[in-house]
Amino acid sequence: MDVGEALLALLLVPGGAMLLTLFVPSRHADVVRYISLLTTTATLVISIYVFAVYDFAEGGYQFNLQYPWIENIAFLGENGISLHLAVDGIAAPMVLLNGLVGFAGVLVSWKITHRVKDFFILFLALFTGVYGVYIGQDLFFWFFAYELAVLPMYLLIVIWGSTNKEYGAMKLTMVLVGGSVLIFIGIFAVFAEAGAGTFDMAVLREVNFGRSFANTFFPFFMIGCGILAGLFPFHTWSPDGHVAAPTAVSMLHAGVLMKLGAFGIIRLGMEILPAGTDFWMPVLLVLGGVAAVYGAISAIHQTDLKFVIGYSSVSHMGFVLMGLGTMNNIGVNGAVLQMFSHGVMTALFFAMVGGLYDQAHTRDIRVFGGLVRKMPLFVIFFGIAGLTSLGLPGLSGFVAEFHIFVGAIDTFPLFAALGILSAALTAIYVLRLMGRAALGPFNPRWENLKDISRLEIIAGIVLIAPIIAMGVWPDPFVDRIAQSVADLPQVEQIGQAFSLSSLTGR
Amino acid sequence: MDLEYSLIIPEFIMAGLAVLIIAAALAFRQVDQKWFGYATAAALAAIAVGTALAYWDTHDDFANVLAIDHFTVLFRVFFLGIAFFTVMAAVQFAGDRLKNHAEFYGLIVFATLGMMLLGASRELLTAYLSLELLSFSFYILVGFNKLNPFSNEGSLKYMLLGAFSSALMLYGISLIYGVTGTTLYSGIEPDAAAAGRNIADQLASYAGLSGGVDPEATRPGLLIGLVLITAGLGFKVSAVPFHQWTPDAYQGAPLPITAFLSAGGKAAAFAFFLRLFSEAFLPAAGEWVWFVSILAAVTMIVGNLMALQQTNFKRLMAYSSISQVGYLLVGIVALDAANIAQSQDAASALVLHLIGYVTTNIAVFAAIIAFYNRTGRDDIVDLRGLAERQPFLAFAIAAALFSLAGMPLFAGFATKFIIFQAAFNNGFLWLGAVGVTASFVSLYYYLMVIKQMYLYEPEGADRERFHVSRPLAGALVVLVAGVLFIGLYPTPLFDVIHSSTEGLFEQASAMAAAVAGR
Repeated sequence: MDVGEALLALLLVPGGAMLLTLFVPSRHADVVRYISLLTTTATLVISIYVFAVYDFAEGGYQFNLQYPWIENIAFLGENGISLHLAVDGIAAPMVLLNGLVGFAGVLVSWKITHRVKDFFILFLALFTGVYGVYIGQDLFFWFFAYELAVLPMYLLIVIWGSTNKEYGAMKLTMVLVGGSVLIFIGIFAVFAEAGAGTFDMAVLREVNFGRSFANTFFPFFMIGCGILAGLFPFHTWSPDGHVAAPTAVSMLHAGVLMKLGAFGIIRLGMEILPAGTDFWMPVLLVLGGVAAVYGAISAIHQTDLKFVIGYSSVSHMGFVLMGLGTMNNIGVNGAVLQMFSHGVMTALFFAMVGGLYDQAHTRDIRVFGGLVRKMPLFVIFFGIAGLTSLGLPGLSGFVAEFHIFVGAIDTFPLFAALGILSAALTAIYVLRLMGRAALGPFNPRWENLKDISRLEIIAGIVLIAPIIAMGVWPDPFVDRIAQSVADLPQVEQIGQAFSLSSLTGR
Repeated sequence: MDLEYSLIIPEFIMAGLAVLIIAAALAFRQVDQKWFGYATAAALAAIAVGTALAYWDTHDDFANVLAIDHFTVLFRVFFLGIAFFTVMAAVQFAGDRLKNHAEFYGLIVFATLGMMLLGASRELLTAYLSLELLSFSFYILVGFNKLNPFSNEGSLKYMLLGAFSSALMLYGISLIYGVTGTTLYSGIEPDAAAAGRNIADQLASYAGLSGGVDPEATRPGLLIGLVLITAGLGFKVSAVPFHQWTPDAYQGAPLPITAFLSAGGKAAAFAFFLRLFSEAFLPAAGEWVWFVSILAAVTMIVGNLMALQQTNFKRLMAYSSISQVGYLLVGIVALDAANIAQSQDAASALVLHLIGYVTTNIAVFAAIIAFYNRTGRDDIVDLRGLAERQPFLAFAIAAALFSLAGMPLFAGFATKFIIFQAAFNNGFLWLGAVGVTASFVSLYYYLMVIKQMYLYEPEGADRERFHVSRPLAGALVVLVAGVLFIGLYPTPLFDVIHSSTEGLFEQASAMAAAVAGR
């Protein structure tokens, strides 16, 4: 049984909290913090509810909810632009992901003291926008939410960021908004071509767009959204932006925002213009493969911890794009799993790096050493993120990447090999990082470091729980995703997605 | 002739109000000058409410030269609203920095009167005279700060180029008159002898819609006339390449007048533009759509590129308003002679974007006036650290600039979405794409302003927090709320606009029906 209002609450609760915070005098910083914490707790609970209640046996879009906004006027017919919300098996884990990362983000932002009120208002705006993209079923509001998720980044980075923040913020904003220009044009073209007088995706999915139209406009969505997913060669904003951003924003950004791009390719590209996938998906696969290897090689060379993670994000998002590019159910399944897995893992990474940076005021790998003596918990948490990143069995990264490689072998064996190579490269930089900074000889300069704070521990546990859960028992995720991936048009069925129940044959 | 004077009572009241303010100032020399401002604002608000209540259901015309329909009433109220907010924002500024307040407010009222007549005109010479009333008021207002050389320079440039553009327009009008033998847009004459004596019918016959006259013989005259009128209008709305006066006039004018010029002046010129092109010139769309579309594209591109390099906030806003003119022209391009429904959508989209843009722009200027009242400076770098000194002003400016850049939550997102949609629907994919891209470029320079306010600490001798006067702050709250409201829920406004643009296409629908009937 689903309650559509749950999705509405996902928008209204953080949106309302944003408005409420606006009227809290800025001297009451703690009030602002507690409002945000309550908000993200509530949305986390709702997200878990949505994820749990989504009926995977039934599949398709559930929690449907539609309110008219503008209709039957001018060029708009029935439900011309409406607030239409729904989730499918692909969106459900993403909603959960946003709930987790947003909650953890507020916890690690607790120590921000500069303009607390403004920070949380913008943070909640970003957070609301991300939910809007995952649950939106109307192109107008989808794009609205997409822009809303990008826009606050500029101020968040410029005011609370570090390291070259002016450059990073401007580059990130301009590149991402540049991408959305393409999406905007694509949306209009789709609307005009369909001639249905509505921006409702549920209607547009039913329209049969011709091959030549789809081939022309598919790249508008693929590249426009792909830019946000770190599509090679438009990925350079991502490391710069991540490094400049404050901790919680890096978490949301790498953890959730970059997924919007891949999610957009599924929603707008694969679902609305399936006829364009034949021609363009191989391109996406190649670019994804290049990004995977290129990102990993770049990460090896970095000395700034955040740059390492930034490039590793490019590499991992390359896996996601590769998975989508395979266009078979195992690969696409893997891509969605990887979106979730990488989301929680990177958020964990950035949370830990933020905790370290706030004390050490540097992120240069070369000056650290033997941190495990002073910060054992930090090293454990950071290590778990690292091991997830290199795909250790038992953690979520393995499940996701395994699917992707199996899918890729079926379509492009060469690129599967490339992907596996970059997974090996990931092992190099992660293990080297751990060896240098966490283990190794202790650098006495760090005598005064304390272990991560209690709030960071809670945030870490919130993020580690799904990593391990998905690693040892992927079924809840796979069940939901597999059903919806199977429903995607043009996706080839090459077998059954792997989960414990599929292995035991039940 | 049907001289129903009761239809234009608001205009009479406005003329009386302007004279009254100036006379009252002579009579009551001891009164604090700011009360003239507040009295003017109160009168404007009262007239706006009265007009809306009294005329909304009217559908009539005054001697075929002034239409009193939904469109007129909407624009009357809109212009009065613009004047109201301008006066509210101007009171403190005028008290601190200007002399002869009563004349100042009186001229604003006269300019508003010109706008109201312009929005109602459906005859070329009436429209021209209204436009001149508006322009002459503005020439004086731009130079109102007469001890400031910039103000004089701006005023002189504006006047010379304005006179030149008027001449162009008049020449165009004379050519159109020569071709069609009339200056009426589309008067539905009660007098049978004069039936069909209007531009739209005549143009329709040249465009081959109703047959009869040889179109080739008169085509050059028609084309030149259209080009000249468009060029004259291009000056008034400051479309590229007729925009050169804009930055100087904007920079030189006293700030409230810059606001009024960028909001009211543009809105009035576009009301005229829209009525002229949809009532009179629509049948000849094939003749003008190509150069208006080029005008729109060039305006969007040049306006945004020039804005990138400005250091003065007023000049930045001048170029930003030029680029907004480009987006508005997209609405004109989307008018389609063959498809009345499409044309009405385009007209509604244009008016919606116009209202969104004007609300946003007045909000920006009201905030900048509040800042200027305190600091007396208007360069972009002077805004440094405003978020520390006056968070509310910084928020208002940031919200309004994001709206101008077309970002969600704010008016610009919804209105641009709808206006570009109209162009796409009319097959102008390239123009829509240029618009979206230009709008993306604009984000850069708006962000540069926002960066100054939020990234840096306050500099210079004066770093204290400061207060904004109550009336100004109140006006600003209303404007920002309006920007958010249009951005989040434009539906009621769009409904009203859509019902008001219907009247513009009565003639065209009647002709289409006649063609279909044959």
